[in-house]
Amino acid sequence: MTPVLKICVPGIHTSVQDFGRAGYRHLGVPTSGALCRSDLRLVNRLVGNSATTAGLEIIYLGPTFEVLADSMRIALSGTGGSIEVLDMPGAIFPAWQSVHLVRGQKFKVTIAPGLACCYLAIAGGFDLPSVLGSLSTYTRAGFGGHKGRILSSGDEIPLKLNSVDMCDERTFATLPDMARRAAVRITWGQQVEYFTAASLEDFISQEYTIEPTSDRMGYRLSGRPLKHKDSFNIISDATSVGAIQVPGDGAPIILLADCQTTGGYPKIATIISSDVEVLARRSPGSKVRFTCVSVREAETIARNHEATIRSIENSMVPVQTSPQLNVDALYDANLISGIFDAGNRQQD
Amino acid sequence: MKISACSDSAIIVEFGDKIDRDLSSLVLSAATTVSNAQLSGVTEIVPTFCSLMVQYDPLTTTSAEVMAQIKSLLNTTNDHKTPARKWSIPVCYEEKFATDITEVAATTGQTIEQVVKLHSEVSYHVYMLGFLPGFPYLGDLAKALHLPRRTNPRTRVPKGSISIATSLTSIYPFESPGGWHLIGTTPVELFDLTKTPPALFAPGDQIKFEPVSGAEFIAISNQVAVGKFALKSIEITP
Repeated sequence: MTPVLKICVPGIHTSVQDFGRAGYRHLGVPTSGALCRSDLRLVNRLVGNSATTAGLEIIYLGPTFEVLADSMRIALSGTGGSIEVLDMPGAIFPAWQSVHLVRGQKFKVTIAPGLACCYLAIAGGFDLPSVLGSLSTYTRAGFGGHKGRILSSGDEIPLKLNSVDMCDERTFATLPDMARRAAVRITWGQQVEYFTAASLEDFISQEYTIEPTSDRMGYRLSGRPLKHKDSFNIISDATSVGAIQVPGDGAPIILLADCQTTGGYPKIATIISSDVEVLARRSPGSKVRFTCVSVREAETIARNHEATIRSIENSMVPVQTSPQLNVDALYDANLISGIFDAGNRQQD
Repeated sequence: MKISACSDSAIIVEFGDKIDRDLSSLVLSAATTVSNAQLSGVTEIVPTFCSLMVQYDPLTTTSAEVMAQIKSLLNTTNDHKTPARKWSIPVCYEEKFATDITEVAATTGQTIEQVVKLHSEVSYHVYMLGFLPGFPYLGDLAKALHLPRRTNPRTRVPKGSISIATSLTSIYPFESPGGWHLIGTTPVELFDLTKTPPALFAPGDQIKFEPVSGAEFIAISNQVAVGKFALKSIEITP
């Protein structure tokens, strides 16, 4: 029997994603892949996978799964999120630690409050065909991942491994910073000269709100409208992940993993590569402020970010007690107050 | 030619500011030159109407390094001719397959027959691919057919739709939202994951539309479905 992970109750938007497909943007094929690559990379490490192994990207609402393999090891990203094993009282495991499950167990994923998405890594990964060098789902053209679409009730995703070894479950001594409130850093964009000086100032001084119509193609922001000097149409040119385009209504759209590869609106700025995930983690209704850095500074930040992620990877330690109480989840559920010291669990 | 950084992982080379075939040749030649150089850390080379975007991994190289390499490359060897193909693409312009053709004829003051003739007698240049996998931006459309995009974009444009807007025409490779006017449908597959490369057209190719009847459309569709349709194309030297 092929080992599978079964979807019992679907979330809102759960899809198979890895680090995306590189080298096809000139054919109109977007990069796709995880919105928050560091998060996927780190949970992959906890279950012993290579950094770029495909996992599940879970947006807005966590699904319930059933293990249809002899045994399985999983881990969830997003500080404050949890994995709850059903029919096992007290078996709630916090994000950022590996969990061992056996055939027939059902588990429910809860995304940390305020986060838009989290990642579920499965030891060994999925047994799915690579499309143009990637397992990432691109729903608009219906390819990649599981049947080219988001997961729905009853789906069975084939797994590479039917069983995993018993070993110490792992967590990180240093948890990643979800940067829930940090300003998102940008460099000025390809068409910065299309905007009035006052609008450039306004762009980096105001606080925006992420709109509910946001998705993997783009996050829409509401705030004081920006003004174009003259035209808001350009001859279509290439886009990049993190580019911020501004259509005629003056409301910025941040282009993300599934965005089209070319576009006809002026791009005021681009989010620096290491901060795209900082933005993408925020759910609709969250606030965003931008701050400007130079390209040279952005490159230094990218290298420092890589060093930080590597140091977290190197901080992997065995989980001390098992099963461990999820203090954050209990706080969020108002089950306890002020009894436990949550310590460094909330790293904002 | 102007080279500038657009982020910590992309630079852009701008060659002008209009939709023009000579300008397109410069862009496409630059894309070939940069592609052939196989620069370390470069991940994407995306030619568009007037510019070339080069994306790179900021952990492998730097903006300054990529810009210097590309400047040096394009100052010395930017005369690459990329092999291209000329395609003949069957299109049914009958009203059942052409939702907006009556409206386009009325708005532009032509008969439907004139719209078909104006659209199918021209050999188009593939300026670039974008918007959707394999979606070609084709020009130049006869002036008599220039229209702005629809004020109300459709949420669902059928796969294979032949569309026009401004000075351009295109084909939707997948069902998708879209704001262009629909004047025909082709049964041809534009994006096939079993082929290398998966996109039928490449920038620099030429495309001529060949009007077919509704009956021929269905016959070709059936051949396409079983992989038996032989699309006509010849290699051209730019």
